[in-house]
Amino acid sequence: MSLVELHAIHKSFGALEVLKGIDLSIDEGQVIALIGKSGSGKSTLLRTINGLEAIDDGVIMVDGKKISERDTDLLALRLQVGMVFQQFNLFPHYTALENVMLSPQVVKKQSKAEAREIAEEMLAKVGLADKMMHYPDQLSGGQQQRVAIARALAMKPKVLLCDEVTSALDPELVNEVLAVVRQLAEEGMTLVMVTHEMRFAREVCDKLVFMHQGRIHETGDPEEVFSNPKTPELSSFVGGLA
Amino acid sequence: MAYKFDFGAIVPHWELLVDGMILTAELTVIGAVVGVGLGIMGAWARASRAPVISQIVGVYVELIRNTPFLVQLFFIFFGLPALGVKLTEFQAAVLAMIVNLGAYSTEIIRAGILAIPQGQIEAAQSLAMNRVQIFRYVVLLPALKKIWPALSSQIVIVMLGSSVCSQIAAEELTFGANYIQAINFRAFEVYFVVTGLYLVMSILLRMGLKVLGNYLFERRRHV
Repeated sequence: MSLVELHAIHKSFGALEVLKGIDLSIDEGQVIALIGKSGSGKSTLLRTINGLEAIDDGVIMVDGKKISERDTDLLALRLQVGMVFQQFNLFPHYTALENVMLSPQVVKKQSKAEAREIAEEMLAKVGLADKMMHYPDQLSGGQQQRVAIARALAMKPKVLLCDEVTSALDPELVNEVLAVVRQLAEEGMTLVMVTHEMRFAREVCDKLVFMHQGRIHETGDPEEVFSNPKTPELSSFVGGLA
Repeated sequence: MAYKFDFGAIVPHWELLVDGMILTAELTVIGAVVGVGLGIMGAWARASRAPVISQIVGVYVELIRNTPFLVQLFFIFFGLPALGVKLTEFQAAVLAMIVNLGAYSTEIIRAGILAIPQGQIEAAQSLAMNRVQIFRYVVLLPALKKIWPALSSQIVIVMLGSSVCSQIAAEELTFGANYIQAINFRAFEVYFVVTGLYLVMSILLRMGLKVLGNYLFERRRHV
């Protein structure tokens, strides 16, 4: 059974239908890249997986459990599904260490010592052991994003959602963040990422999902999909990038 | 015949002024602490997704912000006894100040809450925090920091507004002044001195609030 299953997901913003019936299953340890043009619905789809966007219709199952709109269900869902954002979204009044410790302490009720131990471990993992006492505005974009990854990991999620995690970064900072994501993938973390880094997607991901006009237009093994696109839309999307 | 100034005429009554200042300070401190507390709850209710509570708070805010403080005070002190709620002058004055500051600070703090980037809240949601935790740990302090100067000004306004409480015979600073000038008819001297005292109290209050703000929003590591 898949870790996360989406079935017939529909979502509209007003009159605009953004997701027109999405079916997607995510297996444990799988690394999935969602690609497509802006407005194709890929970020919205990602945000439905942890309930940041409420769906209009369809079923989301995590670990075999159906997720409803109730708050308790959403909180349980989010314990399993972490998320990292394009804009990092660190809490500006806490240090890097405190950012990572906060949720283990207040949500999981871990002791300060426990939370600190995990936070230090996670910050070391993303290469920021020496920046723990820095505030977000004292860190570069790449460092902030790595703190955000450590913060999500400290909750020990089963799936990590990455929403264009390198799109807000200066080019020279992209690689340090991608290196962390690559390391997570190699360690077997289940990842779903919206990305424009095609080369990275091709190298690291197990499955590519090409979205077009609110639907999954084409999906499959990245190597296969990239080298042999079956639809003219993907062909032009991939061609436009080359 | 020229008026001869005689500031010495106030000296025998200095205790009245000191007592008045103390009472004004007491009214201000209690009114500010409880009023801002009320404002935090009101702002949370206004920014929350519960429409009924939000509307009730909205009515309270508009009612208070669009009526005179003096009338609010009279209503509490002279009106409420009809409902069996009889308050002392001090209780009525402090309640009026709390209710008044609560309404204004609700709107001020709400502006601070609305200025928190949505991404911060989504990040907290993604970390499985519930609404109370998000408000407590992610929203409140940065929101207060953004609006602290405006909130400080409002607290000073409420302190100065407490002079109106002399009208229900709460023995604050203006009451003391009125009393002294009724005895010695030295209106110029009394109100000149009292103006200076209010000025000093305002400046001290502003400085105190600035220090408090620095303490609250200072970067200090929690671990």
